[in-house]
Amino acid sequence: MSLKLGVPSKGRLMEKTFDWFAKRDITLSRTGSEREYAGAVDGVDGVELVLLSAGEIPRELAAGRIHLGVTGTDLVQEKLPRWEQQIEELEPMGFGFADLVLAVPQFWIDVDTLDDLDAVAAAFRQTHGHRLRIATKYHRLVREFLTDAGVADYQLVDSQGATEGTVKNETAEMVADITSTGETLRANHLKLLSDGLVLKSQATLWRSREADYDPAEKKALKDLLSLIEQAG
Amino acid sequence: MPKRSDILARAARLRMTFEAAGAQVVDPPLLQPAETLLDLYGEDIRARAYITSDALRGEQMLRPDFTVPVVQMHMRQGAEPARYTYAGEVFRRQEHDPDRANEYLQVGYEVFDRNDSASADAEVFALIALQLRGLPVRAATGDIGILMAAVEGLNTTEKRKSALMRHIWRPRRFRSLLERYAGRAALPDSRKKLLSTEGPLSGSAPAIGKRRAAEVDARVELLRADAAMPPISEHELLALEALMAVRETLPYAIEQMRDIAVDLPSILPALDRLEARTAAMKARGIDVDSLDFEASYGRTSMEYYDGFVFGFYAETKPGLPPVASGGRYDALTRQLGQGDEIPAVGAVLRPDLMLMLEEGKP
Repeated sequence: MSLKLGVPSKGRLMEKTFDWFAKRDITLSRTGSEREYAGAVDGVDGVELVLLSAGEIPRELAAGRIHLGVTGTDLVQEKLPRWEQQIEELEPMGFGFADLVLAVPQFWIDVDTLDDLDAVAAAFRQTHGHRLRIATKYHRLVREFLTDAGVADYQLVDSQGATEGTVKNETAEMVADITSTGETLRANHLKLLSDGLVLKSQATLWRSREADYDPAEKKALKDLLSLIEQAG
Repeated sequence: MPKRSDILARAARLRMTFEAAGAQVVDPPLLQPAETLLDLYGEDIRARAYITSDALRGEQMLRPDFTVPVVQMHMRQGAEPARYTYAGEVFRRQEHDPDRANEYLQVGYEVFDRNDSASADAEVFALIALQLRGLPVRAATGDIGILMAAVEGLNTTEKRKSALMRHIWRPRRFRSLLERYAGRAALPDSRKKLLSTEGPLSGSAPAIGKRRAAEVDARVELLRADAAMPPISEHELLALEALMAVRETLPYAIEQMRDIAVDLPSILPALDRLEARTAAMKARGIDVDSLDFEASYGRTSMEYYDGFVFGFYAETKPGLPPVASGGRYDALTRQLGQGDEIPAVGAVLRPDLMLMLEEGKP
């Protein structure tokens, strides 16, 4: 069988992944029609391209259905508890930089640190009768971060998109979201907490520890890795 | 691992023993409304309990323990005094340690009694110790009430005391608050800047969200007022730190805490209660002279114990969860009682771990 390489199926993440491999003399390409998720690999034998949503790649790696995969550190750590046991980090790829941060309205001049946040959460709960809501799609990462910091009286509400708008719409009091430049946050009148960096993330090439590797797949992996190392 | 049928048989036997001791059998549902537990423990409970949902009832939780539903049931319809027992599965998510069970049996004994808390504490402890006799276990005991009394008695503002009280069960945050209130930790620059200005400050950025500008201004005022207050005194801080570090056999622990009480006299009534409990335990045949006491014990467990706390641990297997654990939770009955309250103490046993220790192998 061939070595399965999982790559994001759309957008800039896919293009940059293709570029990254091209610099290492491995050509990835989509085949068939624009709508068909099929691909090809040239430059190394025995490797099969699998196009997937970036969010599904951690799960597929952990299940051993793909051998290699490209996705962000954030998604791996959110979706895979004890991820080190299941997958191995091969190469940070130098793009897709994004930080998972905690952000509050700019006009909260009294809030700059997690200390402040905790105190405000307690007061908010007393005043409004419910816990302070944080909109996010990174529930596990944010919860573990806040538990570690000893912040209480908050509540995570799920937001799968347009998270920065939840504060204005009053469905959340603050957000925990991915940002690369902070521009979207500022445009929505939000600011970062000074000690609220939950995670620094970038696109990374991962190897599954759960997948089986037959001799042909082992050889393909070796060939692919030596091409990557040469470039490094 | 012991066989499930053996674990069930042992659980049934333990429950019968507790019934014979005067407890009424109760059987709360497996699915609990998530709301109550989330309100009590906050988001942290999601890391420890399984949550499921349907469109009609919303979020439901597979019971992570029996205490909350038993308290709710008692507060609704219980006669006083009351003793309850139960046996059944509890469910705990395990995301970090695959060797820990995510489903196991608990057998419990809970006492709701307004008279003589010392005697009720001793009754529960002695009954649990009796079930474990002959097993290689060591008991750890503590008393959260002493630490709470110490905080209550500090010479500082009510605001500071209630902030400390809120984090009794989060030792790290408790410590950082304490250091700040004692003037040991430097203020962050952002706070210094905020305090160096005057008058209302909000208004430059649009006031979005449900937390209103008035709330921001009110907190700024609070911070300014707090900055003007003197720090917690060095001798109180040292005494509190000495108290949190007490870890001795009971008689020596009491002696040490009596010394500390010279600087923290507010703990004296709690120490009297500890001595009354110790006497009641001795009267029930517990060897109190060799019993371990740790003033900080129980601070990292689920945050409802507010008095006596204890656990029994396998001597030879330090990684094993406690074979039995329990404590007093008067405040929980107040929170769930909607204006009502009753002193309560209880404990649970794990029949699976008891059998494992009896077999003498993991």
